[in-house]
Amino acid sequence: MTSSLSSRLQRLGAMSAPPADETGLGTPWGRGSSRREFLKLAAAGAAALGLTTTMSGCVIAAAGTRKLDFRDDFGILNFAYALETLEARFYRKVCEAPPRDLRPGELLVLQDIRDHELAHARFLKRSLQILRVEVPAPIWPGIDFTSRQSVLTTARAFEDLGVAGYNGAGPRIRLAEFLTIAGKIVSVEARHAAAIRDLLNPNSRDFAGDDVVDATGMEQALEPGQVLAQAQKYFAEPYHAVGL
Amino acid sequence: MTTSIGYEPRRLIARADALPAQVVDILNFALTLEYLEAEFYTRGLAAAGLIPANLRDVFDQIRKHEVAHVAFLQGALGSAAVVKPTFDFSGGGGSNSGPFADVFTNPQTFMALAQAFEDTGVRAYKGQAANLMGHHDVLLAALRIHSVEARHASQVRRLRGQKSWITRSEPGNLPEAAAGTYKGEGNTFQFILGQPDSNTTAQTEGFDETLTMGQVLAIVKPFIVGDR
Repeated sequence: MTSSLSSRLQRLGAMSAPPADETGLGTPWGRGSSRREFLKLAAAGAAALGLTTTMSGCVIAAAGTRKLDFRDDFGILNFAYALETLEARFYRKVCEAPPRDLRPGELLVLQDIRDHELAHARFLKRSLQILRVEVPAPIWPGIDFTSRQSVLTTARAFEDLGVAGYNGAGPRIRLAEFLTIAGKIVSVEARHAAAIRDLLNPNSRDFAGDDVVDATGMEQALEPGQVLAQAQKYFAEPYHAVGL
Repeated sequence: MTTSIGYEPRRLIARADALPAQVVDILNFALTLEYLEAEFYTRGLAAAGLIPANLRDVFDQIRKHEVAHVAFLQGALGSAAVVKPTFDFSGGGGSNSGPFADVFTNPQTFMALAQAFEDTGVRAYKGQAANLMGHHDVLLAALRIHSVEARHASQVRRLRGQKSWITRSEPGNLPEAAAGTYKGEGNTFQFILGQPDSNTTAQTEGFDETLTMGQVLAIVKPFIVGDR
């Protein structure tokens, strides 16, 4: 079933190769979308939907309930898409008006991370196409964007949570290619986490501190439901996780 | 902070006998890399005057993790665990006169090798993840080690004045002998709809790439005595 899903998605992608989306967060087929392109995409999607029940759950969610169905890989990809979009929006907001007390070089780190998160979100958006669950508007409870300390501790929390989330979701992934790609992303999130932690406490053990790495040398892993519970406060509307 | 998934290493140990040969091979492959790293940092920290006082916490934290990884993998493999090889950290395959001959007297060489080992380790674990599918506990353990190696890589790169992430296939100011570590890192094609991103720098930095077992073994070969 999964391989037929992947081949179908590949064909779907070939039919509607999206133009580059500079904003990273525009429509899945780019800003210059036309009615013809949309209809082509929708038609391909409908054809895909008729074939599997696992896909339909996600599309129902796309209609507005924001349901993440973790019984298939698309639920996990949408979960990842939510986290990456949240991170991308956070770093974009930070970089638009950086805290004045940032130290030399720190903005470059934050800008790089912003670009990586945007690349992750764009990649997931392109991959999900019609199966994409829209990410709710962000809210930023308790974050002071004028404060270096507030921005960096929030970034640390997001990065640590992201790594733990990918680690915990990994064994649920059914398609090998998706697992490998999740691996390609999570190690970069871990690089981010370590870099942010080093900004906060340079040359200490914190980059891979005992709060995130246990005595067996293993980083924490969180179930998707645990991650959503922590991330939910940054979304204006709720996600509903099923299949966990 | 948060509760991690209740993970009991003993579950893995109890099941090691039942693991297929390919999984045992992968765990022994990982164990070999962890032996290499654990001994590298242990010797580095023991070398008088090598690691500056202000960086000892960083390298001791890394050493602690690598030693723990060795212990975990040995425990998981039981009698199937490979014996620790003899290492030549000069990269001379036993001659002790390879390109990194001053590894334990020159901090720059030591940190350069640390970066190469960590970045290689990240790619090595990543390359095996798909081969561990269906073995939940083993895969989860591998993923949880994988991200720790990435944290190490990030930190060592920062100490060397490099970005924490890998841009294209740039060797990050490492000598030519370490080029294999970064081969293919410049990939911009990802599976399914993964056309090259409009920001190719972010695309290469934002996605770490895999190495096969064969590629990794070729990279570490000069550091293993009798395995030239």
